[in-house]
Amino acid sequence: MTAHQAAAGLPGRAAPPGPPDGTTRARGVRGVQPVASLLGVLALGVCLVLSLDVVSAAVALGLELLLLPLLRIPPRTLLLRTSPVLVAVPLTALSIALYGRPSGRSWFDLGFAHVTDGSLALALATALRVLAIGLPAVALFVRVDPTDLADGLAQLLRLPARFVLGALAAIRMMTLLGDDWRQLGMARRARGVADTGRLRRGASMAFALLVLALRRATTLAVAMESRGFGAPGRRTWARSVRFAGPEWAMVGVLVGIGVVSILVAVGAGTWRA
Amino acid sequence: MTVAAARVTFSDWGWRYAERDAWAVRGVDLTVEPGERVAIVGPSGAGKSTLLRAVAGVLPDEPDATDDTAASVQGSVLVDGAEPRAVRGRVGLVMQDPEAHTVMSRVGDDVAFGCENAGVPRDEIWQRVRSALDVVGLDLPLDRSTTMLSGGQRQRLALAGVLAMRPGALVLDEPCANLDPSGVVQVHDAVRALLDETGCSLLVVEHRIGTWLDLVDRLVLLEPAGGVVADGAPADVLAEHGPALTAAGVWVPGSEPEQGSARRGTRLSPRAGEMHGADHGGPDGIRPLGAAGPRAGEMHGTVRGGPHAFRPLGDRDPMLLAARGLGTARGRRQPVGSGIDLDVRAGRVLAVTGPNGIGKSTLGLTLAGLLRPAAGTLRAGTALADGIGDAPAAWTSRQLAGRIGTVFQDPEHQFVARTVREELAVGPRALGAADVDARVDELLDAFGLAHLADANPFTLSGGEQRRLAIGTVIASRPPVVVLDEPTSGQDRATWQAVVDRLGELADSGTAIVAVTHDQDLVRALDADEVVLGATGTTRATGATGATAVGPAADLRDPATEVQP
Repeated sequence: MTAHQAAAGLPGRAAPPGPPDGTTRARGVRGVQPVASLLGVLALGVCLVLSLDVVSAAVALGLELLLLPLLRIPPRTLLLRTSPVLVAVPLTALSIALYGRPSGRSWFDLGFAHVTDGSLALALATALRVLAIGLPAVALFVRVDPTDLADGLAQLLRLPARFVLGALAAIRMMTLLGDDWRQLGMARRARGVADTGRLRRGASMAFALLVLALRRATTLAVAMESRGFGAPGRRTWARSVRFAGPEWAMVGVLVGIGVVSILVAVGAGTWRA
Repeated sequence: MTVAAARVTFSDWGWRYAERDAWAVRGVDLTVEPGERVAIVGPSGAGKSTLLRAVAGVLPDEPDATDDTAASVQGSVLVDGAEPRAVRGRVGLVMQDPEAHTVMSRVGDDVAFGCENAGVPRDEIWQRVRSALDVVGLDLPLDRSTTMLSGGQRQRLALAGVLAMRPGALVLDEPCANLDPSGVVQVHDAVRALLDETGCSLLVVEHRIGTWLDLVDRLVLLEPAGGVVADGAPADVLAEHGPALTAAGVWVPGSEPEQGSARRGTRLSPRAGEMHGADHGGPDGIRPLGAAGPRAGEMHGTVRGGPHAFRPLGDRDPMLLAARGLGTARGRRQPVGSGIDLDVRAGRVLAVTGPNGIGKSTLGLTLAGLLRPAAGTLRAGTALADGIGDAPAAWTSRQLAGRIGTVFQDPEHQFVARTVREELAVGPRALGAADVDARVDELLDAFGLAHLADANPFTLSGGEQRRLAIGTVIASRPPVVVLDEPTSGQDRATWQAVVDRLGELADSGTAIVAVTHDQDLVRALDADEVVLGATGTTRATGATGATAVGPAADLRDPATEVQP
């Protein structure tokens, strides 16, 4: 499924002039409905896993790096958020270089690990590919408000409201649980049991956190139910969701990156499916 | 806004939770006429919250007559003649914990949440949101984050969310229990405005019932398994059933505790040169790890004499902790308070007060050696440090536990064992005390927990958990005890038990630091009060007017001088 097909099935709807909720909607790239970024990134991923060559991945990554400044993300934040990808890339490349299917000139052979021209090329192609998919997947979601994403998922993709709003409430609860965890740690220090036995202490804290999480979740569920959540009847949405020009542009750019990279690879004769 | 007020009718109603043997509430006959405003009081365990949740249609589990372990119901509760679950949204519920019932991350979205569920058209939702926020006096941008709101603001936000749904009845379950005095006033005024606006019926449960008496027409006393035992105009019920209400844990207006009522030795003024209790604070008396003899932290048989009892002291009670220019912070990047000067002295109660969110808890945790000072110094006096370094934040866990005990706001944060008995033994055992079992038995009796010795701490009621939390700390006999909101949300009986215990501790020479917004606690313990202000600096006042915890005053201990 391409993004065009996916997006074509969406009930695209323009927002009424001036959001009625009195909030100011972010402009430019930041104001794009996160669902558009989500679909675009998925489509780009599909384009990039069709081939296993170096050229297509390099072209896609190059285009992304050219477009990246448009997002205006501080380099520090970007590095921090992409760090999981940046750590995963060399590890992936290394394992493929050592264990990838051998072909071409052999560099060294340790029996269990065999490094050849073929496995090195494959390692490079894979590393670039992981970066080319991971970079937009992280960069486009650094500043996404979970509420906007939830609105998009529920109103555009028609995911069940119960599921989407439940997940949203759970995300909000994570901060509370973080505070709980710090309190649990301090309480153990205060009680004189924090000098040794890190593992056992961790287990007891995890148990307490679970109990606290269940308590909080129960209260929150009562609060949501008391305000009619889950009641029969049609639910309305206070916030309008738009899938218009900027969203199509986002999908178009991401799909475009994928298509261009494929065309270049085919033209250069490196395409291999 | 004209919505018909709802009629709520209980007929011989009762509820038993799933997997419980006892009925949470039983035999309730009560009718709330449309527009009537009723306050419900009763002891802990009388099923007040269960009653309110039933009206709001949010009791867990469907009753199932064929299953013994399932929830059971008897009689009926009806809202306008209908099952409450069928008319959810007719009844608006606001509960005790302000943290727990904010649903969305932006103010406007949170108010709109109920309307969305009710299927209100979008344009109308935002009109309702604006007018609801206006009524409760919450003048905030709609896209303001809900995470940084104060307790009072959060409760008003919840009221706005309820108001936007145009309820026929408003149901409040201890909405002010966790709020500071100004938050209580805010919520009270918001409820009054909401009632004026809608004319809806009101059911409110609160231990400190005085808050609501000017708004209610009826006062109902509920007894565990006894149903309604008193019902009438508030003034009549208070007059006729005053002692029964006090016995039920209700804060009857006019029966507030008196100054120093929880302290045995009322202080003589002027304080300088006073003798009481001070000797306990002598180097021998507060030896943190000393196991011999009656000493700080012991509950009974407090010995106020001893060999040095009447040695006239030239200075005040021994300094245990001294903060100078202290700045507090949560984590590395969140400075909270600054420029705080205070002394913690043996045998004295120090109350840290101030509005919610001003950094009282952070200060408490810093004084307790659990957070590093962000600025300035916090030093332990020689009597407390007892041969180790004078910076509590640098002590090991075990060194700390023998010197400063901390009771957390939420007792569940500090439980580490499987049974109440083991829980009490954790501290003394970590410190290598020889008489662990004796201490545990003594505390089980003293705190009325003996019958629960083998229960899991997480299964206790709120009041029992609070007593256990204090017991676990006292078991280690630290010379300093820091408590975060030790009395919030408690009925009068539990409150009295906690405060009496703290008074005894202080009388026996322990220094108490209580982070609190409870003025009754400050009064009953005759505490020195440190008020944290908006700038984070302190204003110190003596509760008695007889003394002041002097900012940087009377520093006798050279070790505590302000660092440059």
